[in-house]
Amino acid sequence: MRLLTHNMLSSNIKGVANGFPFRIDVEKVVEKKVDFNAGFLRNIFPKVEWKAFVDAARTMGYPELPEEADSSLLDSDEFLTKFHHGLLELHLEEGALICPETGRRFPVNKGIPNMLLHEDEV
Amino acid sequence: MWYLCVFYHRLLDYRKAEVESLAELFRVFGDDDGDNKESSSLKWRLPQHHHPDSPFHFVNLPSEDFARNIANRSILVKGIYELWGEGSSYEELEESIRCYPDERKLPYLDSGSTFKITVDCFGKVISFQEQNDRIKGLAYIPFKGRANLRNPDHNFWLMETDDYGTNNGLPPVVQRRIFFGREVGGADRKLLPTYQLKSRTYLGPTAMDAEIAFLMANQALATPGKLVYDPFVGTGSILIAAAHFGAMTMGADIDIRVVRDGRGPDCNVWSNFKQYGLPMPIALLRADNNLPPWRPGLKEIFDAIICDPPYGVRAGGRKSGGRKLLKGTVDPYTVPDDKRTDHIPSTAAYSLVECVHDLLDLAARMIVMGGRLVFFYPVLREDDYVEDHHYPEHPCFKLIAASEQILSSRYSRVLLTMVKIGPYTEEIAEAAQLKHIEFRENHLKWLEDGNLHSAVFSPADPQIAAAGDSSLSREPKPKYRGKYV
Repeated sequence: MRLLTHNMLSSNIKGVANGFPFRIDVEKVVEKKVDFNAGFLRNIFPKVEWKAFVDAARTMGYPELPEEADSSLLDSDEFLTKFHHGLLELHLEEGALICPETGRRFPVNKGIPNMLLHEDEV
Repeated sequence: MWYLCVFYHRLLDYRKAEVESLAELFRVFGDDDGDNKESSSLKWRLPQHHHPDSPFHFVNLPSEDFARNIANRSILVKGIYELWGEGSSYEELEESIRCYPDERKLPYLDSGSTFKITVDCFGKVISFQEQNDRIKGLAYIPFKGRANLRNPDHNFWLMETDDYGTNNGLPPVVQRRIFFGREVGGADRKLLPTYQLKSRTYLGPTAMDAEIAFLMANQALATPGKLVYDPFVGTGSILIAAAHFGAMTMGADIDIRVVRDGRGPDCNVWSNFKQYGLPMPIALLRADNNLPPWRPGLKEIFDAIICDPPYGVRAGGRKSGGRKLLKGTVDPYTVPDDKRTDHIPSTAAYSLVECVHDLLDLAARMIVMGGRLVFFYPVLREDDYVEDHHYPEHPCFKLIAASEQILSSRYSRVLLTMVKIGPYTEEIAEAAQLKHIEFRENHLKWLEDGNLHSAVFSPADPQIAAAGDSSLSREPKPKYRGKYV
């Protein structure tokens, strides 16, 4: 699971009001190369919740991202490289996503987050 | 300029739709996304007397570069040609070619270039000897270059269609017609053997055929820098086509065995992408399309959603909340706390109507403006069969193509291509939420409605079935078989 995915997901358990962002329980992080595409990064940048992304990257052991970012940074190659690495190349292979409100663990195995709810959570 | 566009004679409904999508992809209509969208459709023309399903069409494109890009990226365009002449006889053809301006012809005939002439006949076979005779008959064209059959600079085609006389299921031909033209581009059909399902490592029962998957990716305008999502990803057969065209891909499925495990470390969704040297999906996750886990406020992030929803004929959809939904509110099902960790939630059947409703709602929210939703929708082919079907609608979307593929005498699937034309508003979100609750509260009623499985598999008419010998009572095959090809 890449941090782009983490940034898009929230806990959708019935009754949970603030299911975003998930806390990450890290067991194993791997790096997977992804082809760099600046156009894609510029398109996706305004959709990213920056604080949640920076916190998640730090949890995954990548503290290089600036605390705050606005679209003017998109002209900087150095920024784009870090953004690319944090968003697409850090990969949570084993671990869990933890609902910030209820503490419910959504397991991540073999890189696949299991977001399915139990019967009494829907 | 008008070009001759010759299609492969298959998937008839998909052919023009594909070229139109690619025209959009290559921005034939310019970059303006604004007001004059009305004028942004291709102009088509049929040769005289030709049946609409004929492989020969004329299409108007602003330049040869557009024509080449479209043809080379397509799957169903056999070739796009600059037409040098046409006629009902070889005399007429000669007259027509002689009249074609020299300044258009001579640059392709000079002594420094190589060329090849291919003779092709639609609907019947002509012998090698006849082909040679016809090529020799073109001696009035001043070819100065050398012939090169392997790798010529310029490809010329002599194409003919004539009344084949026999009932071979092809569209009827009124009059013989001969075309001669220079090839500008054509589909790379070598993709299909490369990606064919029988050599793919990990397959599911409903893996999408490679040719159709490429057509879906073309309808979705998959291209580098775009993000494409499939909420029913399965073994990834549709995303593979999108990834081949350079798009970033993302997929979800409710069946965790498929997305996480596959059949082992070298036989899973990831390995399918690896097999073709394609970039891996950006994300695969297990999620329920009925209760998607996307954060509130997230919208307009996918450039396209492409999928083949489960419509309950070969595989049925599932959604969360199985036992709870079935038992109703009298005895709500709860999971004991000590069993939560490894609990495997039961799922409930997911009707097609609800599935399509959820898909449209998700797409309306998550697709960018001008982005595309491309999905298959099943239709029953009843006795009072009419072409004018009622397809799902959504205020945010405009249907731009509906391409039918006949699957059996009972039912077809139609590839719907929709463009997002309106923003996802509060009102639309609220209406969708009410509908969601209505589906949930009347789960069993909705499940009975529109059950395709029984319509497709139940015996047709008891009387016909009882009469036996249905092969004898059946009417003879119609002369032209239309979309059965």
